[in-house]
Amino acid sequence: MSLLHVENLSASHGQLPAVRGIDFTVDEGEIVALVGANGAGKTTLLRTIAGAHRADRGRVVFDGVEVTGQPPHRRVAAGISLVPEGRRLFPTMSVEENLHVGASAARPGEWSVTRVLDAFPQLKPLLRRRAGDLSGGQQQAVAIGRALMANPRILLLDEISLGLSPKAVDGVYASLRILIDARVTLILVEQDLGRTLATADRILCMLEGRIVAAGRADEMSREQVMAHYFGTREAA
Amino acid sequence: MNPSPLSIHRWTPLSVASVAAVVGAQLLLVAVPLVFGANVVERLTTLCIYGILALMWNSLAGYGGLISVGQQAFFGLGAYAAIRLADAGFPVYPALALGALLVAVAALPMAQAMLRLKGGEFAIGMWVVAEFVHLLVNLDPLIQGETGTSLIALNSFDAEARRSYTYWAALASMAALAWGMFFLLRGRLGTAAQAIRDNEEAAASVGVRVFAAKRTLFLLSAFGCALAGALWVATTISFQPKTYFSVQWSAYMIFMVLVGGIGTFEGPILGAVLFFAVETAFGATGVWYMIGLGATALLFAMLLPQGLWGAIEKRFGLRLLPVGYFLK
Repeated sequence: MSLLHVENLSASHGQLPAVRGIDFTVDEGEIVALVGANGAGKTTLLRTIAGAHRADRGRVVFDGVEVTGQPPHRRVAAGISLVPEGRRLFPTMSVEENLHVGASAARPGEWSVTRVLDAFPQLKPLLRRRAGDLSGGQQQAVAIGRALMANPRILLLDEISLGLSPKAVDGVYASLRILIDARVTLILVEQDLGRTLATADRILCMLEGRIVAAGRADEMSREQVMAHYFGTREAA
Repeated sequence: MNPSPLSIHRWTPLSVASVAAVVGAQLLLVAVPLVFGANVVERLTTLCIYGILALMWNSLAGYGGLISVGQQAFFGLGAYAAIRLADAGFPVYPALALGALLVAVAALPMAQAMLRLKGGEFAIGMWVVAEFVHLLVNLDPLIQGETGTSLIALNSFDAEARRSYTYWAALASMAALAWGMFFLLRGRLGTAAQAIRDNEEAAASVGVRVFAAKRTLFLLSAFGCALAGALWVATTISFQPKTYFSVQWSAYMIFMVLVGGIGTFEGPILGAVLFFAVETAFGATGVWYMIGLGATALLFAMLLPQGLWGAIEKRFGLRLLPVGYFLK
């Protein structure tokens, strides 16, 4: 049985449809990447799975239990955690406080402040610093660590390299390796196709709110993904 | 700097000394009616009520991010509930607290509806609620519209005893609400509230029960403002709806919190003392006093938006009554 089952899911922003009848599944320990141009509906899809955005239609089933109508804190408690686009830290609170807030609806598990600091050692000297004063790379590490404090079974990562320097992106992806080794299930939204293909097991290409192509990452070429990304004729 | 990963430091020697000093001062204040005359006792009762109002508005806006210009709804309802309970034969001083409790219970369904509004919608929505509640109270035959009524049950006490009891009730209420809020904000609610204030959507997405946290702050604020209203009617005896449901009460709360320092624990207390001092010195000047208050609030909003205590805290890293973590 799949860990996550998304069935005919639709969501919109007012009158504007953003996600249109999407179906896909994610198995435990799998890394699935959502790729697509801006406005393809990737972020809305992640937010709808996490409960931060209301679904118009369809179902989200997590570990055999339908969570579609549940508020975000229930989904976090069930094991779904979101690292939102733009990091969305609590800027006036310390790094340590940010991590503790992440445990508000935590499941029992191995992730703790100590474990997060093992995964992101660059945060050790910054625990008492205000999160808003950190660099982009440091903030991204806090955002991922904050989500891990809930002991998620699936982590939804939305554009974690957005606005970061190449060196900072390298650092964040190096830390992701620890999560991958720990078999944390990941759904990754990423604009960097090279990193996406190198990290993910499976690619879902989105265009105008729909999944237009799917395949194993090691069986898809960069050119194929790009074609679906832009919805060019060759892709069809 | 190499702190232990799991150590949390909120107490400093200064904050321990400050808490001890505040507790000592509160104990000393108990003796005021035994030492000072009627005018001092009455003025300090007023100060305690202002302190309650400032603390309650700050708990809502400073920690919950809920800006309200309709807290006079609870202030007026608290006074009204006390009058109704006393009229029904309930002992008058317990009626002040019970009335406030009943208002908090009535605020529960209100919270379910109002907390779905955001930002300016919530602020103005609360004002509409206050006006609506005002009209409903006017329909009560006991109140006789804007004619109002009096808390005549207080006539069973002689003037001096009434003054002392009301002062002690106001002092105990302020102390209980302040310490209650202090310990509440040092727990999970405080962390959740600060996260909501920083970024409500992010707080929800990491599992903070946003609605529950806001509802707790809303009910706490409703109870505190209602208690302040009940104490005010115990001070003035008379109840006229248009006075109690006036938006000026929210204006006073906003002034005290903005000038003192929104989102700090110490700021609203400082703001209440400043407001009290300004009112004592210039309150008799009528319209110029109101213009002065407005101008002061405007200047603070433009030049010192974090308020007096916020500026002190930022400049010196000073936290006398810490409810968050100590940041370096």
